[in-house]
Amino acid sequence: MRGDGMGAWRLLRAVMCCIVAAWLLAPLVVVVVISFSSAPFLQFPPPGFSLRWYVQLFSTPAWTNSLLVSVQIMVPAALFATILGTAASYALVRGGVPGARLVMACLMLPIVVPGMITAAALFGVYRGLGLNGTLTGLIIGHTVLCLPYVVATVTSALRVQDARLEDAAATLGAPPWAAFRHITLPLVLPAVLSSLLVAMILTFDELIVSLFVSSARVRPVAVQMWSNLLGDFDPTISAIASVCFLLALLVLLADLALRAGKSSRIA
Amino acid sequence: MSDVLALQGVSKRYGSQVAVDALDLTLRRAEFLTLLGPSGSGKTTTLMMVAGLQRPDTGTIRLNGASVGDLPPYRRDIGMVFQHYALFPHMTVRRNVGFPLEMRRLPREEIAKLVEEVLELVRLPGLGDRLPKELSGGQQQRVALARALVYRPALLLMDEPLGALDRKLREQLQLEIKRVHRERGISVLYVTHDQEEALTMSDRIAVFDRGRIQQIGTPEELYDRPSTRFVASFIGDTNLVSGRAISTAEGVCEVETPAGRVRASVRQRIAAGTSVVVAVRPERVSLASEGEGLGGSVTDVIFVGTARKYAVRLDDGTECFVLRQVGSAPIGGAGTKVRLSWEATHAIAFEA
Amino acid sequence: MKSIDSRIWLVLPAVLVLAVAFLGPVGWLLARAFTFPEPGLQNFAAIWERPVYLKVLGNTLLISAVVTPIVVLLAFPVAHLMAHGSARLRRWLIFLVLVPFWTSLLVRAFATAILLQRHGVVNSLLVALGLVDEPLPLLYNFVGLLAGCVQVLLPFVIFPLYSSMVRIDPAFMKAAATLGASPVRAFVRVYLPLTLPGLMTGGILVFISTLGYYVIPALLGGPRQQMISQMIQDQIATFGNWGMAGALSLVLLAATGGMLLLLQLTVGLKEVAR
Repeated sequence: MRGDGMGAWRLLRAVMCCIVAAWLLAPLVVVVVISFSSAPFLQFPPPGFSLRWYVQLFSTPAWTNSLLVSVQIMVPAALFATILGTAASYALVRGGVPGARLVMACLMLPIVVPGMITAAALFGVYRGLGLNGTLTGLIIGHTVLCLPYVVATVTSALRVQDARLEDAAATLGAPPWAAFRHITLPLVLPAVLSSLLVAMILTFDELIVSLFVSSARVRPVAVQMWSNLLGDFDPTISAIASVCFLLALLVLLADLALRAGKSSRIA
Repeated sequence: MSDVLALQGVSKRYGSQVAVDALDLTLRRAEFLTLLGPSGSGKTTTLMMVAGLQRPDTGTIRLNGASVGDLPPYRRDIGMVFQHYALFPHMTVRRNVGFPLEMRRLPREEIAKLVEEVLELVRLPGLGDRLPKELSGGQQQRVALARALVYRPALLLMDEPLGALDRKLREQLQLEIKRVHRERGISVLYVTHDQEEALTMSDRIAVFDRGRIQQIGTPEELYDRPSTRFVASFIGDTNLVSGRAISTAEGVCEVETPAGRVRASVRQRIAAGTSVVVAVRPERVSLASEGEGLGGSVTDVIFVGTARKYAVRLDDGTECFVLRQVGSAPIGGAGTKVRLSWEATHAIAFEA
Repeated sequence: MKSIDSRIWLVLPAVLVLAVAFLGPVGWLLARAFTFPEPGLQNFAAIWERPVYLKVLGNTLLISAVVTPIVVLLAFPVAHLMAHGSARLRRWLIFLVLVPFWTSLLVRAFATAILLQRHGVVNSLLVALGLVDEPLPLLYNFVGLLAGCVQVLLPFVIFPLYSSMVRIDPAFMKAAATLGASPVRAFVRVYLPLTLPGLMTGGILVFISTLGYYVIPALLGGPRQQMISQMIQDQIATFGNWGMAGALSLVLLAATGGMLLLLQLTVGLKEVAR
């Protein structure tokens, strides 16, 4: 079994893994390191340590406003997407919706259709409705983009859960809503929270729809970053990029904790 | 009106397949009635319709005299134990058992009291704080039983509740369920495909086949006087011998078979010349080395503890079994020529 | 049929939002292709006749076609180690791939740009090692675009491949060995075919995603690497030509749909959704 071929393959595999790891992680490491640089340009390795770019980030109104706008979009959009998506998933898996597979496929479309098409389409339709440059317009667009992730996560959680638990609850005297609240919801709650987290990170990071639909006054972080990136890079961007990265890391850890908790609770 | 449950003309079809066909059934107060049949015979569908988890296409279902056809399960006064228990995995035993009481908005102290009481009844005191997955299969089954009993429903439905347990545990729990049934005086509708289980537990058994009740009666009636060939072969071990009726008189029919002549009782008149099947239990057959009856030869002798089981091939090729108590006069081993006979009252002839 | 079916109405709000805020607008945009500036097929005729459109379409397909095999080749050993390494190693590898996966695409594109700058880390390293005398142009060209796409898309292949590989019983390979197959033959004849669903899924996901990319070519590529999404944006933002934007969108959507159809025919989309 352990011929020379195996050894060579193992070596090759290890080398390739290192290359991939470097390719995946090096950019992120460099960004975080540079954000603490004392130099006024993107020099690596940095000549010294400072927090000036973070100070600048949080004292520039353009950045703080955009952070606020992002949060104002993220919270309602993620909540709407999670509520609508969870309700739809429940109906699709348990309610016997006619043509459930087709409805499901349609709900998945926003991740299949390239972002530019969605963005252009929303921009075009919003013009007639006066929704461009409004929080409402951004929230609606982001809700739709998050919906597929919620539906995918929650339907798969519902599918592995025993449908007879609800039948049992019904025979024990629980009306449908009570059965959902006391039995089904607690059991799929990790999946629901997980999709809420995904939705939050998605809307925070979303660029293309925001680019079209936002305005100079209502401008989320991603768009603010984008317009800075098209000019000269300055380390403030690496500070905001590090903030985004940290956020993603926190959400990832929270999600992993949720999944671990779920699998240990219902073995 | 002492019937707890009454089904009248209840039918249910899935697409073109008839699951339950114009069913009539009544369950008396405090009775233990078992629906017995092979899988797909309609017994579980019947149970689901009583529970309200399936809607009948036609017919009426009355619970304590009132039609419940339009009531959802949570408004029917029933308790149900599912095959795989369906315990709520995120709730402790105590909360599982208390769930139906919570739904009925009982005060907290009373819930606690009733839960302890019923856990006592199913012999699970002290396990209230465990999660279902921390319990054995038998314990989970007791929790499911307690949960369905705690609110004293008018009727307890059980869907193959012991199907997932091993034989020993199953036999132990059969007795437990019987005891609870007796102590609580509750009416039970029980579904199983295991005829031994049905015979052990039931006051009455309804034998299902292809969506219809073949026969309903006490275990003794079904065992000793099956009314159809299906019932005879489904309940207990049965020898079936084919032949032709020669004459019928006073409920006894003379049957001619290629292996010899035998007599059997009949339920309705059978005209001479009709093809019939004679059903007879292995323990009702006498073995002799000569005399009247059917001719055959022993092919195998199996020792089964309290008895010896003889496998006999009749002269026409039919395989039969004969059970003889240990201690009765020995008959030879494989190859021995034997004659099989029985009392006419212990055998029944059906039209083939 | 269950007796309670009122639950099906819960699907309605999501479907309504989808219809009003997605299906409707996209349908409207695609319809522009046939109605703007006047009814007819002139927009599609223009795409076919004017070299600038065909060139961008060609670019887009070429980039997708180059990125896909690179990503698949790089992902394979990682997924393999993930599937057959120790549990500890597996957890670390999964985490390592998940971290960039969850990080904003914009942040990763920007980070890659810093790395590839004229005086960035990669060039400094190359010069320091004496591999080159002058810093190489790595940004705003094909190399930069490729590097960015690969960085972003690696997880899309690693995870499907991994989930195909963990399902392969190691006993198969042992059985092949006892039957006299050399390791290479056993790999090619037994292992590789079993990873095919993951390979196809990942590969096609990468191809589709690349087709629609906007941020990466805009940030890391040069003018000569313009892709179809950038052109759609141009048509709207610069020329106000909704008809052409709609026509290009339809072409992009058709290409995406075609690839998905291919995936459905080979692997089945249910498998993909896992």
